[in-house]
Amino acid sequence: MKNMLWLALAALLTVTVGCGQQGVRDDASLPPPPMDDSSVISTPDDGTGDTSGQQMVETPEPAFDPECPPPCEFRRDAINDPSSALAEKIIYFDFDQSTIRDQYVDLIAAHGRYLATYGEVKVRLEGHADERGSREYNIALGEGRGLSVRRQLLLQGVDADQMEVISYGEELPAALGQSEEAWQQNRRVEIVYQ
Amino acid sequence: MRVRTTITLLMALLAVLPLPRADAVLTIEITEGVEGALPIAIVPFAWDRQGSPPQDIAKIVADDLERSGQFGPLARSNLVALPKSGAEVRYANWKTSGVDHLVIGRLRPMGPDAYVVQFQLFDVFREKQVVGYSFPATTAQLRQVAHSISDIIYEKITGTPGAFNTRIAYVSAITNANNEKRYVLQVSDADGHNAKTVLSSEHPLMSPSWSPDGTRLAYVSFEKRVPSIYVQIVKTAQREKISALSGINGAPKWSPDGTRLALTLSHEGSPDIYVLNIKTRRLQRITRSRAIDTEPAWIPDGRALLFTSDRSGSPQLYEQPLNGGRARRLTFEGKYNASATVSADGTRVAMVHGEQGRYRIAVLDRETGALRVVTDGSLDESPSFAPNGSMIIYATHGSGRGVLGAVSVDGRMKQRFTLAEGDVREPAWSPFSR
Repeated sequence: MKNMLWLALAALLTVTVGCGQQGVRDDASLPPPPMDDSSVISTPDDGTGDTSGQQMVETPEPAFDPECPPPCEFRRDAINDPSSALAEKIIYFDFDQSTIRDQYVDLIAAHGRYLATYGEVKVRLEGHADERGSREYNIALGEGRGLSVRRQLLLQGVDADQMEVISYGEELPAALGQSEEAWQQNRRVEIVYQ
Repeated sequence: MRVRTTITLLMALLAVLPLPRADAVLTIEITEGVEGALPIAIVPFAWDRQGSPPQDIAKIVADDLERSGQFGPLARSNLVALPKSGAEVRYANWKTSGVDHLVIGRLRPMGPDAYVVQFQLFDVFREKQVVGYSFPATTAQLRQVAHSISDIIYEKITGTPGAFNTRIAYVSAITNANNEKRYVLQVSDADGHNAKTVLSSEHPLMSPSWSPDGTRLAYVSFEKRVPSIYVQIVKTAQREKISALSGINGAPKWSPDGTRLALTLSHEGSPDIYVLNIKTRRLQRITRSRAIDTEPAWIPDGRALLFTSDRSGSPQLYEQPLNGGRARRLTFEGKYNASATVSADGTRVAMVHGEQGRYRIAVLDRETGALRVVTDGSLDESPSFAPNGSMIIYATHGSGRGVLGAVSVDGRMKQRFTLAEGDVREPAWSPFSR
């Protein structure tokens, strides 16, 4: 929370100083730096050379990067990084089953650690089924799959409010065709980051 | 900001439009006929004016009767005579043609856009008229009148009311050239003609269910990204959101008295069956299992619901009395039995029956417990009885896309309904009344 505050402050500073360069009185609206906040360790360098009022900050402690808080397993943008363990966002299921296959336990856990780190990030767990059998039963099956993934994520410390389960049953297939190959592609939960 | 809100609202409105019109035709072909169907001669209706008549009533009637699987209308080229009135009927001619019954009629203009349709049904062996009627009609009503004539003939000869003057609701998914999908809820006459779009959405639509008076449809729409249940008046396209709780809002089924909807909700945990009073919005929970309970179907007396549950490990059908008591398992054959629907007389239950990787429609005789598989597809689903219990319409696959099939309850007669475009699914046969 403090980090967010500082980020906002930094952004404000940049904007205000930027205005100043266009002829408005310098440092008129600069807020005083947060004196009582020992976690504040970096100051924005806006290139104006004006560092007045920022001398109070002591020698920096080890850098806290809000984009990758310690232990920094995943950077915030890791979900968009194709080389990250989080690049994989689909969990596949056996026919008429909603139990998680062993091979996906680590993947779900990794997403769980990411979500626990970035508590403000939200996901939609979209459950799907293959086309066999009846449509409303498949809606229920897709929801069961979404809830299975949700339970695993809860175990990793993800907050319930970060997740929403929604089932589309067999209505939105990923693959078309009447083959086991296509059906396997369709029995899935997609972790959709918001 | 105001402008943006307005635009968002407009877009939301455009995304889901209840539409009163937009015609399309479902083409019906008979894929498996019946030997021993009752032979009947249907003579083209007399028309005394110049030019061709506004409707070929006799053809509509012949097609209706043939589709029922119970009748084998004589081909027109094989008609030995074309009597225009009872006085012109020579029974001996028709006996040699091997028909049991003969239908003749006349279409008479009575003014601008006004007609009278007369018809007579004769018993060839008893050499007498069985029934005769005349109907006033506008041009637009002529097809409906023809279906009414089919209903009368069917009932007089088989003893069962005909279901030709009924409608079918179904969902069609249409993909355009830009690979964008639209879902449309449509209603057509039972012979596939006169198809009209009731609702169009870019998000999935599911599970249409007719009110018992045939004026309204309940359905599931994902237009808000999450599933909600709506009730819509078919004629006016006016609609109302009935259920939008967290989780599943699915499988609405109108109670026989029209006051309640049975539905599937999962807001209290796993999917369970509930009954919602439409007027008071009071919700009554019917099942309480940790397994999947879904797809409720009313017993015609309204005292019990059938439903699908995987509480035994695989989906099977159960019956739950509404006044409490334990649910009773109904199906034991096959690993997969789901999506029950009960015939109007309560004697039969149609379902999706999965065995050895094939999903077909099966009919359970509620008295004897005998199960009969009546279709031969591999991905058949969504069975729905005709209101007279004679046929079951269902969804199947044909040449790579969803089409509708209809089968007689004994499995002997099969038809296929194909829409010119789109993937058709989830048919629901309307009740009798309009």
